[in-house]
Amino acid sequence: MAITDIRAFAHLTAEDVETLGQELDTIRRSVEQSLGERDAKYIRRTITAQRGLELAARAVLFGSRNRWAWLSGTAMLSVAKIIENMELGHNISHGQWDWMNDPEIHSTNWEWDMTGPSAQWRRAHNYSHHTYTNVLGKDEDLGFGILRMTRDEAWRPIHLVQPVANIVLAALFEWGIALHDWTIEKQLSDTPRFQVLSEPNRLFGRKIARQVTKDFLIYPAVTGPAFMSTLKANATANLIRNLWAYAVIFCGHFPDGAEKFTEEQLEGETPGEWYLRQMLGSANFSAGPVMGFMSGNLSYQIEHHLFPDLPSNRYPEVAVGVRELCEKYDLPYTTGSLGKQYLLAFRTIHKLALPDRFLRRTADDAPETSSERKFAGITLHGGPENRPWSIDPATGKRRGLRSAMHEAKIVLRAKAEHEKEVLRGAERTLRAKARQEKDLLRRARHALRKSAASNPA
Amino acid sequence: MGRKPNAKTVRGVKDWLEAPAAGIAERGGKLNLLRGAVARATTPLLPDDYLHLANPLWSARELRGRVVDVRKETADSATLVIKPGWGFDFRYEPGQYIGIGILVGGRWHWRSYSLTSPPDWNDPRYGKKVIAIAVKAMPEGFLSSHLVNGVSPGTVVRLAAPQGAFVLPSPPPPKVLFLTAGSGITPVMSMLRAMDRRDAVTDVVHIHSARTAEDVMFAAELDDLHSRRPGFVSHIHLTGANGKFATTALDELYPDWRERQTWACGPLGMLDEIEKHWHEAGLGSALHVERFEVERSATTEGGTVTFGKSGRSVTVDGATTLLEAGESAGVQLPFGCRMGICQTCVVTLSAGHARDLRNGTERFEGEKVQTCISAAAGDCTLEV
Ligand code: FES
Repeated sequence: MAITDIRAFAHLTAEDVETLGQELDTIRRSVEQSLGERDAKYIRRTITAQRGLELAARAVLFGSRNRWAWLSGTAMLSVAKIIENMELGHNISHGQWDWMNDPEIHSTNWEWDMTGPSAQWRRAHNYSHHTYTNVLGKDEDLGFGILRMTRDEAWRPIHLVQPVANIVLAALFEWGIALHDWTIEKQLSDTPRFQVLSEPNRLFGRKIARQVTKDFLIYPAVTGPAFMSTLKANATANLIRNLWAYAVIFCGHFPDGAEKFTEEQLEGETPGEWYLRQMLGSANFSAGPVMGFMSGNLSYQIEHHLFPDLPSNRYPEVAVGVRELCEKYDLPYTTGSLGKQYLLAFRTIHKLALPDRFLRRTADDAPETSSERKFAGITLHGGPENRPWSIDPATGKRRGLRSAMHEAKIVLRAKAEHEKEVLRGAERTLRAKARQEKDLLRRARHALRKSAASNPA
Repeated sequence: MGRKPNAKTVRGVKDWLEAPAAGIAERGGKLNLLRGAVARATTPLLPDDYLHLANPLWSARELRGRVVDVRKETADSATLVIKPGWGFDFRYEPGQYIGIGILVGGRWHWRSYSLTSPPDWNDPRYGKKVIAIAVKAMPEGFLSSHLVNGVSPGTVVRLAAPQGAFVLPSPPPPKVLFLTAGSGITPVMSMLRAMDRRDAVTDVVHIHSARTAEDVMFAAELDDLHSRRPGFVSHIHLTGANGKFATTALDELYPDWRERQTWACGPLGMLDEIEKHWHEAGLGSALHVERFEVERSATTEGGTVTFGKSGRSVTVDGATTLLEAGESAGVQLPFGCRMGICQTCVVTLSAGHARDLRNGTERFEGEKVQTCISAAAGDCTLEV
C-alpha cells in the first residue's frame, strides 16, 4: 500500500501541514515579486545561445564526412537539442516565462523540437502528471505504462522484459513520451479510438512527419555528398538527447525516497497536503551550475514540483528555502549524486521485473515506496506517547518524518539483528546437537566393529 | 478543360509550401512561400526566429517596430515615431489606433494609442515608411509616463495591427466638425494630416479644449494648417481660463453644426454630454465618437465578465474566478488542475482588467490569463 494519509506518514499535525503550506506560498510570492529584467535577460540569452549553437552545428555538419567535423558538429547539435528540450521546451511550456507577456516565449505558443506536439505534452504532463504526481492510477508517468516501478502494481509476466524495455525506452525516449501523451490526449478529450482522422491524430501525424523529414531527409539532403554522415549525426544527437532526458526524468521520480500515493490521499487534499505530496514524491540530484542548466534545472525536481511555473533559473535559490523548511519540519529532502540516484532507480527497475515472491519487503516498507503502515507496530525510540507529532523535549525540535524514518530504520535493523542473533543461537544449538549425535553414532559404530572383531562367526 | 485542375494543383502546391508559415498568413506577404519552404528545415521554428536574432525587426511572426524618434509635444506628452518591421500594413485609415507593447522590467506592457500619422507616411527625416503615435502622460498611468519620459530612440516595441471604426471616410464629407479635448486630439490629427496631404481639406471646424495654451498638443501645426488651408478653422478653447466648452455654445459659434459630420474624442464626461446633445437634436447618425480606454490602476473588485465568442456575460464579485464565472454562465472554458499550475486554462483577455488572485498582480487587455486563478477587476472580456 502506498501512502494513503500523507499527514500521518509525514508525522505532522494538520496545523503543521497548513503552516508549511503558507511558508511555501511565501517563498513563491517573494520569487514572483522579484521577477524582472535579469530573469528576462536570462531566458532571452538562453534562446539566443541555443539557436546560435544549433546553427553552428548545422553549418559544421556540412563537412561531416570529415571525422572531426562530424564529432564536433554532433556534439554541438546534441548540446543544442538538450538545451532546447530541457531549459527551453520543458520550462516554457510549463508557463514559467508567461509572466513576461511575450507571445514568442509563452506556454500557449511554444513548440519544441521533439516528436510529440507540445500541446499534447502540456496536457499530459502539466495536468495529469503535475496535478496527480505519483498517485497510483492517476499519474500516468509512473513507469510510463510499461515499467512496473512500485510493488503496489501487481506483477505480470510481461514485466520480466523490463530490463530490455528500460533500454528501449531510454534510447527512444522522445517517441515514448510522444506516444504516451498522444494516448492521454485522446483519453482526456474523449476521442473515439477508431476515428482515424481525429484532431489529436492529425496533430500528432503532422508533427511526426515534420520532425522526421527534417532530421532524416532535409538536413542530410542539404549537405549533399555528406548525406549519410549528416543523417548519422542527427540520429546520434537525438539519441544523446533522449538518453539524457530519460536519465534526468528517472532521477527525479524513481530513486528510493520518492514516495507513491493512493487515490485516497487525493480526497479532500488541502493545499498544504498537495505541497507535501510534491515534496515527498520527487527527488533531486546534486548538480553544479552547468549540469543544472543542462537538465533544465530539473536537478531541482522537488522545487520544480512545488512550483512548476516559477522560472527555472530561480530554483537554486528556492531550494535554499525549501531545505530550511525540511529542516524545520523534520522532513526528508531526497537528493544524491546523479549516479547514485540513477542506480537506485535502475535497481528498482530490475528488482520489480521479478514476481513478488522473490522480493523480501512489502509495499509498505520497500525502498522504492513506503506507507504510513511502515510505522505501525514499531515502538519508536521516544516511546509511543511522543509519537506521532511531537516536539523533542531535549532539543525543542519538531520530530517528523525524517526522525521517524531514521528511528524506524534503527528499530527495524535492531529487530533484524535480534532475529539474526536468535537464528544464529538456534543454529549453534542445532549444530552442537548434531555434533553430539554424530559422536554418539561414531562411538556406537566403533563398539559394534569391536565386538564383531572379537566374536568372529 | 485542363486549366482548372492545373490551377488547383498550383494552388495546392503553394498551400503546401506555405503551410508551416500559415500562422502568420496575414503578415507574411509574398515571402511566405520561401518562409514555408525554409521552415521545413527549421521546424518547429520559422526562419524568422533565427533572423530576428540578427535584427529584431526581421520577423513576421510578430509585428514589431523600432522607435526612431521621441519628440516632446507639450510638457507631459510626446510623439513617438516608429519604424515598423516586417508585415506591417501601412494602409490603415486615419483615426485608427494600434496596440503597442513596451518592455519594462522584463515584462511586456500593452496599451492602445491612436496613430497620429497619415496613412502611407513617408518622412524623409526617417528614411523608409514610419508611423507615429502621440502619448500623454496620465497621473496614474505608469506606462504612459514611461512612454513620454523613459523611451529612447532605438527601443524595440511590439505592435498590433491598426484597428478601430473611428475613421474618416475617403473622400471626406463636405462639412466636418471635430470636437476634441486633451489627448483626444490624436486620432483627429491623423485625419487632418491625411486631408492635408491629399489636398482634401473640405469645410472643417476643429474645436479643441486644453487647460492652458501650453497644454495644446500640435499647437504650431494647427496654426499652420489654419493659415494655409482656407477651409480649416482651428478653434482652441482654454478651459483653465474659460471653463468647460459648452455644447450649447455651438449654435452661436458655428450655427451650421447640424449640417456637419462630427467626430468627437476626449474624456468620457465630455463624450457623454456630446452624445446627449446630438441625440436630442436627432443627429445621432452624424456623430462618431471614440472612447479611449482609460489607463488606471484597477482597484475595482469584480465586474461583468463577457465571453467574446458566445456573447454571454455574467456579473461576479472579486473573489470568483473567471473560470467559475464562465461555468456559471454556461460557457465551456478549458481547464485542468484548477489550482494554477498546469496552464490549461489560459485565455486572452481582450478587454478590461483581471487580477491574479494568488498575488494580486493586475492583468491588462491583450494579456493571457489563467482563468482558474484570476478574477475580474472591473468589467472585462475574454476571448473565448
Ligand atoms: S486549470 Fe490548471 S492552471 Fe488553470
